[in-house]
Amino acid sequence: MKDSPLVVDDVFVRFGAITVFENLSISIAEGEFVAVVGPSGCGKTTLLNLLSQFLRPSSGEVRSTGRIRMVYQHDSLFPWQTVRENILLGLRDLKDATERERQLADMLKLIKLEGFAEHYPHQLSGGMRQRVELARALIGNTDILLLDEPFSSLDYLTRIRMRNELARMLIQLPRTVVLVTHDIEEAAQLADRVIVLSERPARVRSEFRVELERPRELTDPKVVETVHQVLSELGLEHERRQPVVA
Amino acid sequence: MVSGKPVSSKQRILPLVVLLVALLIWMIVSALRVFPESVFPSPLDVAKGFVEEVKAGRLLDDVVASLFRVTTGFALATFTGVPVGLWLGNHARTRTAFLPLINFFRSLSPLAWIPFAILWFGVGDLPTVFLIFMASFFPLVLATVAAVENIPSVYFRIAHDYGFNTVETLTKVTLPAIAPQVITALRVTAGLAWLVVVAAEMIAGRAGLGFAIWDARNGLRMDLLVCGMIVIGVIGIVIDRILFQLTKIPSIRWGYER
Repeated sequence: MKDSPLVVDDVFVRFGAITVFENLSISIAEGEFVAVVGPSGCGKTTLLNLLSQFLRPSSGEVRSTGRIRMVYQHDSLFPWQTVRENILLGLRDLKDATERERQLADMLKLIKLEGFAEHYPHQLSGGMRQRVELARALIGNTDILLLDEPFSSLDYLTRIRMRNELARMLIQLPRTVVLVTHDIEEAAQLADRVIVLSERPARVRSEFRVELERPRELTDPKVVETVHQVLSELGLEHERRQPVVA
Repeated sequence: MVSGKPVSSKQRILPLVVLLVALLIWMIVSALRVFPESVFPSPLDVAKGFVEEVKAGRLLDDVVASLFRVTTGFALATFTGVPVGLWLGNHARTRTAFLPLINFFRSLSPLAWIPFAILWFGVGDLPTVFLIFMASFFPLVLATVAAVENIPSVYFRIAHDYGFNTVETLTKVTLPAIAPQVITALRVTAGLAWLVVVAAEMIAGRAGLGFAIWDARNGLRMDLLVCGMIVIGVIGIVIDRILFQLTKIPSIRWGYER
């Protein structure tokens, strides 16, 4: 088996008197889509900062191989740049101009914004902006994609649409993905594995595998079953219902 | 300051109607002799005075003198105030140290400097430029500091993630991010500078629109006084419209359309 591109090995993170992570160990396989859920304030964003090497652990080790890109919770497109300029940030180290243009054109096609290259972010809808954010992170030879509640500011329907878009994009451009989210439906629909973190100091409380090809429907019985499992694990659903069987 | 929403041609006519009504009221009040003619010139007197001043070349000279001083003082304030604001915005401790002093000078009317301006720089362009600088510099510093502090930190995360160096972070993140707020500050400050130039020239000038007004008062030429007032007001509007054009630059418009 190939080395895991992302490994968190017995990590402790402390900020002063607060211990955020204790004995945290996670290993993520190449091409795997892992969703991390947990109570708010348990350090989900901190985990992404560890994975992107933005933050060093107090002890333990975080190992990664390949180029890592992060998509943030809040609007992080540069509003003074066009869609084209924003996406090209992801190709800054590609010197060949024609190749850059070709990849840009492909990407605009993939996110279905071909006619919008010269638009500014404020001229786009929330869902369109989020697609541009994904494009900027996906373009070039990104290996690992870290997503910090990327769809949390969108309305419910747009959020579902964006999940489908992301799943579709990942079929064309397979990546190792870590998605941090408070949306358990989102986690169950998108991920191969859902990791539930405990209250602070956080460690892995449980894991659920979703044995189903991606992309999936939100209402697929296996997705719904995973939602049930995660909810009851978090103590949010007391009566364990039977899985919906067709 | 008005926002740049597109207006229909009908709406464009409305301000003109108001102006015409104001002119009409002015004509009626002066025709009714509510005030003595010597202290309330009619629109016709003012128009005649305007033609006289233009023909003598004095009006143009005064406009040029005032504009030169405002432009010089304002440009000096912009090219020093914005960098100082950038510096303070990025250095928390220096900012804490200097902000009370800057706020003090911002709150101090620049006109309070007039006696020193004359004592230090005599009469002419220099004291006026100094006063305009004092009027513009401090508000520009404060506005730039506030703009820098307001930049969402995620932009710097992106700059870090995509490998921007220090110079790129300044030119491609900080400066474009603060541009809309700084331009708004420039418009406000330019208006302030234009107010100050008139006052300064009244006392420390030998030319300029402020001096022209004072001269008209001394010569009891109320028609020329009103003529000067109108020219000052119109130029003030023109200056704001010119700076307003900056807000239409595509890479800056985002700041006004959220």
